[in-house]
Amino acid sequence: MVIVGGGPAGLAAAAELRRRQVGRVLVLEREGEPGGIPRDCHHAGFGWPDLKRMMSGPAYARGCAARARAAGAEIWTESSATRWRGARTLQVTSPHGLFDVSGRAVLLATGCRERPRAARLVPGTRPAGVLTTGALQRIVHGARERAGRRAVVVGAEHVSYSAVHTLTASGTEVAAMITDLPRHQTYGPLAWLAAGRHGIPLLAQSELTRISGKGRVDGVEVTHRTTGATQSIACDTVVFTGDWIPDHELARAGGLAMDPGTRGPRVDASYRTSVPGVFAAGNLLHGAETAGIAALEGRASAAGIARFLADGAGWGAPVVPLSVTRPLVWISPNALGLPEAAPADHPFVLRVAEFLRDETVEVRQGARILHRERFRALVPNRSIRLRGGWTRAVVADGGPVLISTASRPREGEAR
Amino acid sequence: MAAPFDVAVIGAGVVGAAVARALSAFDLRTVLIEAGPDVGTGTSKANTAILHTGFDAAPGSMEARLVARGYALMSAYAAEVGIPVEQTGACLVAWNEDEVVQLPVIEEKAAANGCRGLRRLSGDELYAMEPHLGPGARAGLLIPGEGIVCPFTAPLAMATEAVVNGVELRLDSRVTSMESDGSIHVLGCGPDPIAARYVVNAAGLQADTIEGLFGRHRFRVRPRRGELIVYDKMARRLLSHVLLPVPTKKTKGVLVAPTVFGNVLLGPTATDVDDKEDRSTTREGLEYVLAKGGRVLPALVNEEVTATYAGLRAATESSDYQIHFDPVLRYLCLGGIRSTGLSASLGIAEHAVELLAGPLPMTLKRDRKKVRMPPVGEGMVRAYEDASLIARDPEYGRIVCHCERVTAGEIRDALRSPVPARGLEGLRRRTRCLQGRCQGFYCLGGLVALVARETGRPAAAFLEALA
Repeated sequence: MVIVGGGPAGLAAAAELRRRQVGRVLVLEREGEPGGIPRDCHHAGFGWPDLKRMMSGPAYARGCAARARAAGAEIWTESSATRWRGARTLQVTSPHGLFDVSGRAVLLATGCRERPRAARLVPGTRPAGVLTTGALQRIVHGARERAGRRAVVVGAEHVSYSAVHTLTASGTEVAAMITDLPRHQTYGPLAWLAAGRHGIPLLAQSELTRISGKGRVDGVEVTHRTTGATQSIACDTVVFTGDWIPDHELARAGGLAMDPGTRGPRVDASYRTSVPGVFAAGNLLHGAETAGIAALEGRASAAGIARFLADGAGWGAPVVPLSVTRPLVWISPNALGLPEAAPADHPFVLRVAEFLRDETVEVRQGARILHRERFRALVPNRSIRLRGGWTRAVVADGGPVLISTASRPREGEAR
Repeated sequence: MAAPFDVAVIGAGVVGAAVARALSAFDLRTVLIEAGPDVGTGTSKANTAILHTGFDAAPGSMEARLVARGYALMSAYAAEVGIPVEQTGACLVAWNEDEVVQLPVIEEKAAANGCRGLRRLSGDELYAMEPHLGPGARAGLLIPGEGIVCPFTAPLAMATEAVVNGVELRLDSRVTSMESDGSIHVLGCGPDPIAARYVVNAAGLQADTIEGLFGRHRFRVRPRRGELIVYDKMARRLLSHVLLPVPTKKTKGVLVAPTVFGNVLLGPTATDVDDKEDRSTTREGLEYVLAKGGRVLPALVNEEVTATYAGLRAATESSDYQIHFDPVLRYLCLGGIRSTGLSASLGIAEHAVELLAGPLPMTLKRDRKKVRMPPVGEGMVRAYEDASLIARDPEYGRIVCHCERVTAGEIRDALRSPVPARGLEGLRRRTRCLQGRCQGFYCLGGLVALVARETGRPAAAFLEALA
């Protein structure tokens, strides 16, 4: 079994596969240390969904790697899967050489990244001091440098507050946070800490419309989305946060069918992609969920992988797509390979485009309502977990499964 | 002051570097003076990276002659030193009847320029060659010789060859004054003035400023800004040729082109601006090229963007190159090299040497050192996939920039080369690091630490310089 990516999803899958005694499990990790993104998140908030404990990112990352190793998985670091050389064979570049690695099955768990400034088409000059949270955290924690003197943070979701934490803790003042939504999308205490304790204004319904400065950033222009009013903010650093995109290049290079909503590979509830023997899990499927969600997906993927390794079957069954309508933007997994009986705690995750209160999410196939689940609050850019269990009621010839909100069941285009 | 140089070349863009390289073959003392911190940091770094045949130049013009000559020389030179070049061919696409009738006119122009092998394409043939082309293409013209080239490696290769063959490279030296006694020019450029018997003006956007220092005012440089968008490698499968629009009187228009790094380039705009330093992109400019690109290749706009940038072409009042030699003044002007400089550079340099060789005696050196540039093109075997290289030195197996697959060995080499990278910007152009889709999300911290370790300088120095 070859696992590409030694972050929370890949390591959780490795540990669980070894627990199920599937034989040799190899994790390819391109960085020098396994653990993935949490390695650079030097703050609490990791471990609750999967371990029911709260811990810091680096401690969580170490734990993930230790459990995989203790279970008997091999982890090769500084080992990049650079090319497909066969259906389940990858070319690997490492200081030990250039070689091919083959598995009876392959799990892609390559994670995600934030869209940088260029991908967001923000105009202006190209000065130094424009970063993503990922780059920021590696500068501060890896290279042990201060990012700048005064920063503007684009985004107001969990990761944005993680960036604020990194900036303020390393001596950079945060001049403002900017979100195109009406309010922040994180937990109340985190937002309170930023606004109350650090006095950071949140510019809601606003967009960064220009970066200026020669050599180094000297300021940004912010435009209000409805009034069109602009303001200039002096700063020497801009941090673009969130706006995640799966690191899906290896998946696409392998010809995997992709989901247009998540921009990750399409998978069913057993984490099977469209290519036999190739599975995918974690943030590669949908951009950043918390590390714990990614780990739960990795763990959940092990059952289907173990089945496949045991009997080689699993592809060729009818696949029913799951589609969402606005204000839902995607669901993952986004297909069902029948018959499929996902347990109630199966990690289905979905996203909304706007703030919703006391809303019911409905799952239907044709005229049949398969599942209704009520949520007190649905927040954009936040993990929303939908219970499984309803999947056993899905039939192969019943048409696509549609997931929508009860108040607006047919609004917008199906994705 | 030190003994005068025989020739001072002002400007280490692709033209100045080509001239310095050409002069380095002779027993001359040559200095290459650059205002910026590195070779190729002006117009040479921000362009469309097309290797032009010169098929659409004005027949009989200096540009037509030197582009055609430069194209031939560059094709050979690229192979010799390892500059990434791919002869993809270009398809000129006509979208309406007015454009269709232009195709034979362009074909005649190409013939007049000595460019052969062009072929008219029906709509069906076009779609067979480029299946992702948007609807509505009527006809096309295939120019098989057109290609793509690495705009970073080309001037670096030339400057490196010049330096290893004895040319002195002075960076961070903006020429601000000139005094002359009739035979020796003294160029004021910072604390150490430079004396030279002959001066070559290859100052690009500042060529008119240098002209002024010599009392000449034959042209004014009015920068023409071009905004471009670079798409990620997943877009590369969408096209196989450079896709050109039918040019109008005002502009060559917005093209879509593959790059030698395996990306796709969309642009440029053409806006006259006043500020020679203003390389900012604009909302209008980016929206304009996006709209054009969406028509040519609709699937392109769903792909991820890895960079947006603006370059400034050194346009003048004239449509032709401004090449003037004053033997008495001992001054050669290579100005107004607008957008074809990368293709024409070696032709321009050859012409410059011919002009200088009249009054300036020069003999070829017996020993000339060759250079070989590291393989950064997708069409080459890159370090990360070179098994024997990795076996010899494991640093070539240690990938530090994952998007562009740049290894620690290549970073180290670029920091130690004869024209070394002095910071992350220089490394970016030499190795491709940080040019990829994540723009440093994964690798910036590690890269900064690696460079600091290699150079013994504090990490902060490199962060400040990163643009």
